[in-house]
Amino acid sequence: MDIHEFTKQIEGEFEDVEPGTLTPTTNYREIKSWSSMYALIVIAFVDANFDVQLSADDLRNSQTIEDIYKIVMSKKSS
Amino acid sequence: MKAFIKAISYYLPPKVLTNKDLCDEFSGLTESDIVKKTGIKKRHITSDGVVGSDLGFFAAEKLFIEHSIDKSEIDYIIFCTEGLDYKGPVTACILQDRLQLNQNCGAIDLPYGCTGFAYCISIAKALIESGQAKNILAITSDIPSSVIHPEDLELRMLFGDAGAATLISSTPKEEIAIGAFSFGTDGSGSENLIVKGSGTRGPVDEAWLEKYKEVGGLKYGRMQMNALEIFNFALRTVPPLVQNILEKNHLKKEDIDLFVFHQANSFLLSVLRRKLKIEEDKFFIYMENVGNTVSASIPIALYEAMKAGKAKKGDKVLIAAFGIGYSWSGTVFTI
Repeated sequence: MDIHEFTKQIEGEFEDVEPGTLTPTTNYREIKSWSSMYALIVIAFVDANFDVQLSADDLRNSQTIEDIYKIVMSKKSS
Repeated sequence: MKAFIKAISYYLPPKVLTNKDLCDEFSGLTESDIVKKTGIKKRHITSDGVVGSDLGFFAAEKLFIEHSIDKSEIDYIIFCTEGLDYKGPVTACILQDRLQLNQNCGAIDLPYGCTGFAYCISIAKALIESGQAKNILAITSDIPSSVIHPEDLELRMLFGDAGAATLISSTPKEEIAIGAFSFGTDGSGSENLIVKGSGTRGPVDEAWLEKYKEVGGLKYGRMQMNALEIFNFALRTVPPLVQNILEKNHLKKEDIDLFVFHQANSFLLSVLRRKLKIEEDKFFIYMENVGNTVSASIPIALYEAMKAGKAKKGDKVLIAAFGIGYSWSGTVFTI
């Protein structure tokens, strides 16, 4: 899954986000409807699709969807 | 001698905390947000001064009446809670007297949280099958609301107070058969869900009471939860737990008629259900009107599943408990 597909699919998981709102460089915490629920949705999505666990620290240290994608890829390959 | 679950009842305190109550208190919050996040519409909470053993007492009294149980036959009581009455005596002793149980009765406390019900049943089964007791009253009762700071919205949305009572007996009649258990522990996660100031390590002191003066002092302690880590813990632990329970009971996933997990949070439960590829109609969730009731959650869900006809005679029901500790355990019941 490339970064664009990753972004699109995560956007699809966020119910209250208009399609096209999210880009790889979007600071996801600045999404209008962002809530802690979205963090759980991201964790569940990554777990289901990549069999990778994102920690609370991973999320704390990331700002954009691209940051998350990079963490996922590096965990996947390690 | 085989152990069976003979009866389950539960009791909820009358006071209710609705989503509307929470929305009135927290601006920007909507009732639908809470339902989406937790699957909960209301939860019952105790009034000041009512403790876990009170809810347990009412649940046990209800059990005796609802199932016409002769309480003189009870020869062991296990009281499971994270909110014991005292450090001494054992709260189960106080309940023996209050419930007017026979004096030839063993009594122990089991200070356990979300995994408590599985532990209770495994201990009761061991006591019965080793010939040490015949009729065991297991009370699982918790009052998480007493250790939640009013500003901790996530916790207030999630947790509810409740007491459940279960009778485990050697009667070889057609009762609920108890399978083999799986257990797991990882104390490295203890800080991610913990009630600070609730015991001898770092007890409530003057500074604490001063800090929380505005909210009544939080004198029983304060629950703290790292929701992301708990979520990860469940995603990581529950699927292998389910696999292990199946293996220990020589069953396949397809043999299970209903899965009843600790009712932690309905979003988490639905993620786990999808991860485990369990069909929706084989996965029971009962949270909407009670919330996460800690050690009472599985017996409440089981009671409701049987009442709703979702768990019928002959069905195999897999229960999986997990949470604070970290701790996890489960088994298979044959209804």
